[in-house]
Amino acid sequence: MDWVLLAEQCLNGFQLGVLLFLIAAGLTLTFGIMDFVNLAHGSLYMLGAFVCATVATWTDSYLLGVLLGLPVLLALGMLIEVVALRTLYQRDHLDQVLATFGLILFFNELVQVIWPLDGMNIAMPEILSGTMILPLGIEYSTFRMMIIVVGLVVAGGLWYAVGATRIGMQVRAGASNRRMASALGINISLLFTVVFGVGAMLAGLSGMLVTPILGATSGMGEQVIILTFVVVVVGGIGSIRGAFLAAVLIGLIDTMGRSFLDVLLLTVFSANAAEAAGPALSSMLIYVFMIVVLFFRPQGLFPPRGA
Amino acid sequence: MQILSPRTVFAALVLTLFAAMPWLANTFDQSHYQDVFARIMIWSIAAVSLNLMLGFGGMVSFGHALYLGVAGYAVGIAAHHEITNAWLQWSIGLLSCALISAIFGAISLRTRGVYFIMITMALSQMVYFLIISAEEYGSDDGLVIYARSDFGLAWLDLNDAMIRYYLIFVLLIGCLYFSYRLVNSRFGMVVRGARSNQDRVEAMGYSTYWYRLTCFVIAGVMCGIAGLLSANVEEFISPDTLHWTRSGELIFMVVLGGMGSVFGPVTGALVFHLLSKELAEITTHWHLVFGPFLVLIVLFAPRGIDSLFGLSRGIGGRADK
Repeated sequence: MDWVLLAEQCLNGFQLGVLLFLIAAGLTLTFGIMDFVNLAHGSLYMLGAFVCATVATWTDSYLLGVLLGLPVLLALGMLIEVVALRTLYQRDHLDQVLATFGLILFFNELVQVIWPLDGMNIAMPEILSGTMILPLGIEYSTFRMMIIVVGLVVAGGLWYAVGATRIGMQVRAGASNRRMASALGINISLLFTVVFGVGAMLAGLSGMLVTPILGATSGMGEQVIILTFVVVVVGGIGSIRGAFLAAVLIGLIDTMGRSFLDVLLLTVFSANAAEAAGPALSSMLIYVFMIVVLFFRPQGLFPPRGA
Repeated sequence: MQILSPRTVFAALVLTLFAAMPWLANTFDQSHYQDVFARIMIWSIAAVSLNLMLGFGGMVSFGHALYLGVAGYAVGIAAHHEITNAWLQWSIGLLSCALISAIFGAISLRTRGVYFIMITMALSQMVYFLIISAEEYGSDDGLVIYARSDFGLAWLDLNDAMIRYYLIFVLLIGCLYFSYRLVNSRFGMVVRGARSNQDRVEAMGYSTYWYRLTCFVIAGVMCGIAGLLSANVEEFISPDTLHWTRSGELIFMVVLGGMGSVFGPVTGALVFHLLSKELAEITTHWHLVFGPFLVLIVLFAPRGIDSLFGLSRGIGGRADK
């Protein structure tokens, strides 16, 4: 096996994990605090991509696209929460799932009305478009490296905010016992609007980060939302730390499976069998992983403490 | 039950409409409506099967379209290898549905609430990606089915549109009758009881896990019937059939019609399809209206169209949170 390739795929897996974490962070908190299933979280990822692409096209600056996109997504998330989602907290999961499914249909179509039908593409900023040489002679795309760094910074920031600030304490209190926290004087509904807005912003950021690579397309949210659910479930609902570890694990498993499973199979099976089974197995790998995790630990790998 | 309650009269009217549709379509020279209604009846069967779990068992499966796809691919793959014998094809299709639903049900029923929703969703996506990676069977382009299932009987020749239509009709009636008998049987009582108070049912000595699993498998196989029929009507099957958004639409049909009412899902499938067809003719962006419509139904009419006929007699209703 080629070690440089292995290292490169490790980084790719890590980068996918970081992107998944950005989406999963908001989702796991809304689950944890409000017991609310939001299928439409993927739509915020999509909207982030479109807003960023639009601003970047106007101003010719990707950085401005991201910087202006973030507050837009924050406001949008809070608006959606107040207008549409707030009434759903008291309903059962079925209602939440269905209503947010309706929102997905709406947003996907809205995006097609406002923006070009085949989506938008933007160029990578010039400074980041090259490759960089890492130690041991590994060559890696600067832009992807930037994604990893941004993701790690955000993860660190979130970890600090949830673990060491006053509002983070309130979030944790809300997640472990909503009623008790509310009885102690925390304005849960305001807290939740803020948490939802921040979650929307992070999901949007994830969308913005992939736009130069994948472009912005209608329906891009559905492709990641299931993966994100897997992350949240595996990590343990309501746990930021769990979401991060699970996201990285799943990013690595998925990427490694896709690149190396057929090679591994070759050592056991004939070339034909390995070629046929490789892609099939690798696409199932993370789901199998989730099943195994839930079979042995139904509450996820790293459930929040005290919950 | 009162024989002539508004609910029964309505059901009878809808079924009469289904039965008369080929004649009506022909008379008013709108022959494509025969196909439209064939599809509506197929979706009705799928929705009726989902209702067994969702409405009566309180199991929110977000991966039910999986069985449409599994059975459809059984027909497609068999035809691809030039096996067109319907008895063989259909047995393979329904057995695979039974097997897959038994395995997936056994796994997902270990969990509750949100976890159950997500696991059923993830499992169906797993099969979705599996099919996409199968290049021999067309991967994401789908698989054209060149020959319909062949029963070897002249009066059951599926190439005849009229025979196809009435086979679907008869199977729909069969599924409705079966689910009516099932939910009113001792088995159905246990499943419904487990939805409203699981601990109490357990305390009475029933192992609710096995009852739920059986219900899961029955629903999977019944949905498989819809998949077999759909493959024969469309002569095409694609991974899109079992995408999780299809499962979402199925849930919506059940809720729109009225969960936990035996006939509700048929009403739901009918309204869902006519509405989306009409809206699609007005504007290509009909989802812009349809999405909020779904939200409004959930917010203001969570018991669906069936609730217009007053409370049903203890059957069904919604599980409390």
